[in-house]
Amino acid sequence: MDQSSGPPTEIDMNRPSAARVYDYFLGGAHNFEIDRQLAAQIAGMTPNLADTMRAGRALLRRAVRVLVAEGIDQFLDIGSGIPTVGNVHEVAQAANPEARVVYVDIDPVAVAHSRSILDGNDRCAVLHADLREPERILAEATATGLIDLGRPVAILLAGVVHFVPDADDPGAILATLRGATVPGSYLLISHSTFEDQPQEMLDAQRLSARTSTEITLRSKAEVTAFFGDFTILPPGVVHMPLWRPDVPSDVDDHPERFGAFGALGRNDRADG
Amino acid sequence: MDGFSHAGAELFARDWAAAVGRLGFVPVSSVEIEQMLLAHTVRLARATLAPQFTDRPGHDVGTALVEAHLTEPAVLGWTVRALGERFVTHVLPDLADSPAVRQRATALQGALAAGFSAALRDRTFVQQERLSRSVWAARNEAEQALRDSEARFRAIFTGAAIGIGIADTDGRIVEVNQALADMFGYTPAQMRQVNVAQLFHTDDPDGMWQHYTDLIQGRHDAARMEKLYHRSDGTAFWTNLAVSLVRHDDGRPRFTVAMMEDITDRYELQERMRFQAQHDPLTGLPNRTLFFDRLTAVLGRAAPGDRIGVCFIDLDGFKAINDSLGHDLGDRLLSVVANRLADCVADGGHLVARMGGDEFVILVEGSTGRQDVVGVAEAALSAVAEPVRIGEHQLAVSASIGIVERPVADTDPADLMKAADTTLYWAKADGRGRWAVFDPVRSARDRAKSALATALPAALERDELVLEYQPIVATGDRRLIAVEALVRWQHPQLGRLGPDRFIALAEETGLIVDLGERVLATACADASRWLAEFPDARLRVSVNLAARQASEAALVGKVAAVLKRTGLPAELLQLELTESAVMATTGEPLRSLRRLAALGVRLAIDDFGTGYSNLAYLRRLPIHSLKLAGAFVEGIRGDDPVSRVDERIVDALVRLAHALNLSVTAEAVETRHQADRLSALGCDTGQGRFYGPPQEAGGITALLRGAAGVASRR
Repeated sequence: MDQSSGPPTEIDMNRPSAARVYDYFLGGAHNFEIDRQLAAQIAGMTPNLADTMRAGRALLRRAVRVLVAEGIDQFLDIGSGIPTVGNVHEVAQAANPEARVVYVDIDPVAVAHSRSILDGNDRCAVLHADLREPERILAEATATGLIDLGRPVAILLAGVVHFVPDADDPGAILATLRGATVPGSYLLISHSTFEDQPQEMLDAQRLSARTSTEITLRSKAEVTAFFGDFTILPPGVVHMPLWRPDVPSDVDDHPERFGAFGALGRNDRADG
Repeated sequence: MDGFSHAGAELFARDWAAAVGRLGFVPVSSVEIEQMLLAHTVRLARATLAPQFTDRPGHDVGTALVEAHLTEPAVLGWTVRALGERFVTHVLPDLADSPAVRQRATALQGALAAGFSAALRDRTFVQQERLSRSVWAARNEAEQALRDSEARFRAIFTGAAIGIGIADTDGRIVEVNQALADMFGYTPAQMRQVNVAQLFHTDDPDGMWQHYTDLIQGRHDAARMEKLYHRSDGTAFWTNLAVSLVRHDDGRPRFTVAMMEDITDRYELQERMRFQAQHDPLTGLPNRTLFFDRLTAVLGRAAPGDRIGVCFIDLDGFKAINDSLGHDLGDRLLSVVANRLADCVADGGHLVARMGGDEFVILVEGSTGRQDVVGVAEAALSAVAEPVRIGEHQLAVSASIGIVERPVADTDPADLMKAADTTLYWAKADGRGRWAVFDPVRSARDRAKSALATALPAALERDELVLEYQPIVATGDRRLIAVEALVRWQHPQLGRLGPDRFIALAEETGLIVDLGERVLATACADASRWLAEFPDARLRVSVNLAARQASEAALVGKVAAVLKRTGLPAELLQLELTESAVMATTGEPLRSLRRLAALGVRLAIDDFGTGYSNLAYLRRLPIHSLKLAGAFVEGIRGDDPVSRVDERIVDALVRLAHALNLSVTAEAVETRHQADRLSALGCDTGQGRFYGPPQEAGGITALLRGAAGVASRR
């Protein structure tokens, strides 16, 4: 009933959307001229960026497979964007048809689109919400009936935390999310970094201010801190391609060129 | 067996997968993609070898690539090129030279490209359409949310008990709810014809309009105030008003939203309570709280050169009226007086307040001068003076007024009212039914006097009072007959003060009795020493006796005790009484004087000739001596007519005294001429600067020693 807060509901087609730019880089057609113009501009400055996005998607796919193998059957994917290709429910449900996924995004178009794709899949739901309101997300996710926080859950934060500036206290947001889980739950984070990066990456970061959200690059230590008391599983907080590649040959000589860290942590708290 | 090289197919598929992974996004693992592309390679090989050739498999593979999300154009480019360059050589090495095979491969190339393009085009259409639909869905949802929000807002707007109105920055009222329209007594449609500016009034508090203009110009975002409005029927109502500014996205002011609550009842109650707190319930006049508030405000906002006046009014003898006729009648009298005072200053616009009891005050703001305020006071006096009829009583009332009129810059409320109070006291002391104007000199004198009065008891304790003695000399041979004891106050700050500065105070406070006893004791002790040292001189000491002492029952006992203690013979003590003190002497005091005379103490009338002398008492009283008032002696200056008159008076008085067997002392003898004339007129003794100034006991001792020396040399 509370409509006073929540993500912005205004639909502004004159501004590029991070979700649609992402889709373009993944070869999708869920984008408009304005999104493609920005994508082209970014790609012109940093040819690696498209690769970064693809690498992020690949990391997510690998991680979901690992999680399903670990017995996780409920996923909360926050910042899911437009789940066109290699999306979580496809990967997860391919391995375990009973797996349930709740997608969350701040972009109303992405949310509407996700709903149209997921129409008829009763093990998936889409929430229109802002990561900066974690309690609200947890409450609404629980309300879908698909997520049971009394059981282990995987919270996926793929390429989204860097959209939260320090002023909005991402540490507190992460603490809330971690605190809502029971032991055996997992937290996946991929996050852009300035570490090991050339100048153009940093310039591109400035361009991202033209989408609805700006990117805050963070250090490995900062990303590590987001896991709090969770146990960070091998291989740790690493450049994305280095995180459990399918085959060693998938990793080339410059895994750092994607400019983002990935890591998976687990709630190993002793208390019930 | 299949007619193509499996090893070649695997090699081709591996290269293909590597290129696909390099050129675009692959949503599955590299192993999976390689397996998929191997299947496509085999399918294309079989199509090439099929007995009945069709390019359909090429089309299908193109479509499958798109469905597997391998949509990067470069992927198609690589694929078409590889099919032409190395598909046949790798996968069908045995048929590499067959023109038919090459033709089929080329056909498959074309079909794959066409299939890819068609699928990509379809997918793009589907995705674009889905995206558009998503946008619409999102928009619909947002609009629905907006409509829901709007509906909720509208429900609040229309249903609210408080009045809500929206106006643009030109003040045009855009929308009002029913509650607001009801407050004003109009319909919402009528209210929309109104401009906000019309709702402001000249009697709004200062700054209210400014507040509003600040708001619509964007200098503030909200304002809150209590404001008076008028209904359609002209009646007034008070509101608690909150106005907030709604801005455009770029920050420009857009609308003002006003929310108001009718607080007329509360406001009126407050006003009533404020009135009650500031007014006297009996007379309805402003009370002292309001008076001081107003006075403070007037003094606070005054311009240089402004003057202010205050009339502090007190009814004369009101207590007697209250006591004799009852409080009820007293209260009614106060009401009448209050009304009259209010009426008489109404034209001048002055504030009349009841300070309490029978005290009233008139505040004259912007006084033009003393005469202005005196005029107000006189009007007030005559208004009060009209006889008052209450029931069967006809009361004649008068009042006294203390007036203070001064520049505002020189005063503060406390100072002003203190001065008014002092001045009222003067008016009362001067005889009631009159006004007095504050006199700073008199006030300073009063203050100094009261400071001395306060300090006097301690001075007595500390023995700050000292005696001086003035010789009283026989006019004939200038022999020292007596000395008059004169008291002085050796004040630690002010120096030696004469009796004129403090004796009246001592009389007022009653301290004179104590003081007089000390003077008497000291004088008798000194006289006793002189007697012991110069027994032949038989020097008499003359001590003043205050009226209050004379009427004291214990006087005789005290005098007797002092004489006994000091060993002074009674006949060497003379007590001086003023004419007025003696005049009032009847009953007990008269007996006291007789008993003193019986003791042998001499009694003298001081300052004789200044009062309304009743010659009768000179016979009745046991008097020994008259002291002629200084004024007569002062008149004897030369051979002019006035001097001659005074001389004849002195002559007559001397004869009178002698006829009554009284000796005569002339006071204030300053010149040889006066001394000679007094001697010639037969005046017995004289006193004054010519014979010697007042001096301390030691000086008199020296005189006696000198006289004794002369006598012994004789």
